Amino acid sequence: MAMESSEIEHLIKQAIPDARVTIEDLRGDGDHYSAYVISAEFEGKSRVQQHQMVYRALQGKMGTALHALALQTGVPEGA
Amino acid sequence: MDENATFAQIRREIEDNPVVLFMKGTPVFPQCGFSAAVVHALSQLGVKFKGIDVLVDPSLRDGVKQFSQWPTVPQLYVKGEFVGGCDIVREMYESGELKTMLEEKGVEYAG
Repeated sequence: MAMESSEIEHLIKQAIPDARVTIEDLRGDGDHYSAYVISAEFEGKSRVQQHQMVYRALQGKMGTALHALALQTGVPEGA
Repeated sequence: MDENATFAQIRREIEDNPVVLFMKGTPVFPQCGFSAAVVHALSQLGVKFKGIDVLVDPSLRDGVKQFSQWPTVPQLYVKGEFVGGCDIVREMYESGELKTMLEEKGVEYAG
């Protein structure tokens, strides 16, 4: 099972509208991605909470359709 | 094993052991690259931890994901608190944040 990077980006933006998302397909198999997500909504949240927000946005696809997502999150510069 | 038995088992493990790593495989034979990466970080710091193989018990494998609201394994707990999965632990290890957190929580380490 695999996912398109556009689908990942769409799901994240649906749940986190202001998110700036950069996705890289690590192995070209649609199963191992890295994603860098920037959003003001992460402000004041711990790293774990930020990642949990992204996982919730992926609506259970993480760990099922999507085997690996190397995730990095942050708030916009000067936020 | 029904959910509360699994949750009780998880709670017992993270309360009885200062550092617990729910992982695929064992610290000596990790069965997944991500689990191995966390084992590596902990070993580099010389942290004693309890590795629990979720592959041997499917209800545990699902239970840990619901317990922590985190969809993947490995999962690291320090003093009963969920720290994160492979990405977070690796990021914290590389930035030195992991060492600081261990010190703050009074967990001995040799590194």
